[in-house]
Amino acid sequence: MQIGRVVGDVVASRKDPTLDGIPLLIVQPLSADGQPVGRLLVAVDSVGAGVGQDVFFVRGKEASFPFHPAQPAADAGIVGILDHWTVGE
Amino acid sequence: MILGRVVGQAVSTHKRPQFTGAKLLLVQPETPDGVAVGATLLAVDSVGAGVSERVLVVIEGRAAGEALGRKGAPVDAAIVGIVDAVDVVE
Repeated sequence: MQIGRVVGDVVASRKDPTLDGIPLLIVQPLSADGQPVGRLLVAVDSVGAGVGQDVFFVRGKEASFPFHPAQPAADAGIVGILDHWTVGE
Repeated sequence: MILGRVVGQAVSTHKRPQFTGAKLLLVQPETPDGVAVGATLLAVDSVGAGVSERVLVVIEGRAAGEALGRKGAPVDAAIVGIVDAVDVVE
């Protein structure tokens, strides 16, 4: 997984039907020290995350697992909201 | 699998139920000679690793799910070993 911050959302009226009803959020991946790192991505959300929250997300087909037995066409999914994280001891 | 170093720990109350009780560790991937490379990742820990320890990490879903021991877990990274030594000969 990676940590990231939700910075927006996506509305798509016309899309793969497997994505119907699933929130699509824009995530900025973060480094351990909280700095933006890498490209923004769009992730499906199964935990009710919102803009401004720090989250962790999974890549690959596991992104669809929270929606079982549905299999949304997604390659990134938010699977937890972070309370906080610490670096070092 | 990749080598990395545990650099921190994350706390999440609201998460998918398969993560309940799992320790979430921040891991900095490293080359075999210990040079940090690439973005920090968040891995579930299945071996009791701690901060500053060198670890072996699977970064693939099925293997990570096995390590976590929970079916259908939406996980793609797990610490599966604590490294004692790395010896690159060539």
